Amino acid sequence: MTTTAVADERVVRTSPVASVMKRPEIGALLAAVAIFAFFALTTDTFATAQGASTWLDSASTIGIMAVAVSLLMIGGEFDLSAGAITGFTGLVVGVLTTEYGLNIWVAILVSLGLALGVGFLNGLMVMKTGLPSFIVTLGTFFVLQGIDLAGTKALIGQVAIQGMRNVPYYDQPQKLFGSSFEFAGGTVVVSILWWIAVTAFATWVLLRTRVGNWVFAVGGAKQSARQVGVPVVGTKIGLFMTTAGCGWLVGMLLLFSSSTVQSNTGVGQEFIYIICAVVGGCLLTGGYGSAIGAAFGALIYGMANQGIVYAGWDNNWLKAFLGAMLLGAVLLNEWVRKRAEEAR
Amino acid sequence: MTEDEKVSATGKRIGRVAREYATQQAKEAGRRKELEAAETPVTADGPAIPPRGTPIIEVTDIGKSYGRVIALKDVTTSVKAGEVTCVLGDNGAGKSTFIKILAGAHQHTEGTFLVDGEERHLSSPRDALALGIATVYQDLAVVPLMPVWRNFFLGSEPVKGIWPARRLDVEFMKKTTRSELLAMGIDLRDVDQPIGTLSGGERQCVAIARAVYFGARVLILDEPTAALGVKQSGVVLKYIAKARDRGLGVVFITHNPHHAYPVGDRFMLLRRGRSMGDFPKSELTVQDLTSMMAGGAELESLAHELERTMGSSNDIVAELKAEAEAEAK
Repeated sequence: MTTTAVADERVVRTSPVASVMKRPEIGALLAAVAIFAFFALTTDTFATAQGASTWLDSASTIGIMAVAVSLLMIGGEFDLSAGAITGFTGLVVGVLTTEYGLNIWVAILVSLGLALGVGFLNGLMVMKTGLPSFIVTLGTFFVLQGIDLAGTKALIGQVAIQGMRNVPYYDQPQKLFGSSFEFAGGTVVVSILWWIAVTAFATWVLLRTRVGNWVFAVGGAKQSARQVGVPVVGTKIGLFMTTAGCGWLVGMLLLFSSSTVQSNTGVGQEFIYIICAVVGGCLLTGGYGSAIGAAFGALIYGMANQGIVYAGWDNNWLKAFLGAMLLGAVLLNEWVRKRAEEAR
Repeated sequence: MTEDEKVSATGKRIGRVAREYATQQAKEAGRRKELEAAETPVTADGPAIPPRGTPIIEVTDIGKSYGRVIALKDVTTSVKAGEVTCVLGDNGAGKSTFIKILAGAHQHTEGTFLVDGEERHLSSPRDALALGIATVYQDLAVVPLMPVWRNFFLGSEPVKGIWPARRLDVEFMKKTTRSELLAMGIDLRDVDQPIGTLSGGERQCVAIARAVYFGARVLILDEPTAALGVKQSGVVLKYIAKARDRGLGVVFITHNPHHAYPVGDRFMLLRRGRSMGDFPKSELTVQDLTSMMAGGAELESLAHELERTMGSSNDIVAELKAEAEAEAK
């Protein structure tokens, strides 16, 4: 009997193209290329450096959240509070600094702590009650939305943060979260770099670390994961906290790029994140998906969002377009998953 | 504590032990790779497997009662290295209680339980695992959409590098999965395929190979052929024989004498929580085994009973009668 682990000669029969085609993010990549080509050909400004910097900007904050939400979805859960938390964290920093004169860095850390706390509570409630995360986070979504609107009004008497620029040391975090620089004729906002970094890190964690293995396992078969010693509760709570943490990052990016934040910021975006994650290849049932795919999904959103403007159409068409993309993606994912399961 | 949490806590403990073990294994494998030329088989050195025929587990008059309910009584058998001990019995015969005692999930209340000649009271599955007693349950604990190699190491993933760059040793994981499965005679084209694409029998075999790799000396298989077709059952039986040939002691729980007889070296029959005897293969034919399982006398009385209620012309009654007569001969 041979026990040597030589490469099996039959593996060669699977061509590299075929194995790439099996990746969950392939549909989103192809769609992104098609949409780029479409708007590049039909409009003048889309494919220019200035045009690209606009749609990349629009894709970046959505993209960071979509990547986090995709991890959570692979782990088998939803987070409907992911949109509201971006506004909530920005408002916390804004109110604490402009109204109460707290040091801006301290306010940023307080905001991060609160965000992680919300994520932890989301995770804890889902794991302890066994209720669907859809319902639990729908609850936290509305609570946050209410706090954002009523709390802000009660504390500062307005619905938007004003006077951020006058806060001492505003320049320091502004460099980190809100700056931009010129590159090849276009303007690169720093959130694009954050987006790339988050996507790269999430992809690495997902595919190359033990935690990534656990994320797939807790989403794919919770009971089995538990039996082989995967810390199911810890992994899922960690995922909720990651999503909320990314919500904080996006909150900071929004706050420091515009120096203001509205009390309804982020509301309604949670579905966009889920759409991007699904377009990127995540199964609604968990256990399968890709972080980089979600980034492609956000890219599609950003390109369509700006492309429709450049083409001079009514930008309400974006909604119809996103809905159609979602339906197409769900059907494609189902097909890809079946193929993956029948790989041999 | 709910049942779920208990499973979780136990799982975590097992996971921790296994993870430490896996990391250590990975390190050792790394050293070996440096020392030896490439293309050497990568296998785990579990707790040493004793020479063939040495008893690893011996139970004498073992019993378990829950308060006044006697679930198991006077069960005597042994599991030897390189042999298959079959535990046969119908539903509710006490098979589950028996394996739970062996697996450390329950403690016995009577009799002696020797591992390597030393008396033991296992208080958790972790204790059993530390002694090299691993159990493969019916649901197999695999995640269908994950690749075979990720499933193989799930919960005990070997890593390399220093934190924060600590990462899965993917190359080692894939290579080990392939070679471990090959050693069990499972020749996969691609360890990257989702485990859900494997047949039920193959999945069972991956679960067995995983237990073997993580240091099992005694494998407890809970009805591995119960949900399988004829052909797939044959495949699993082949791998049971393979594990035996590697020198492991196997406890094969089944209610099918035709599955047990070809691979078994020793047969222990349970009925209503009692042992009906513990026989080496030389003292038993497959017919003996079948009739003891079916219980010839009981079959006859069942036929009589049905005859009264359903009438003698009924097909089922006729069939039972014929069978009971055949058993009697």
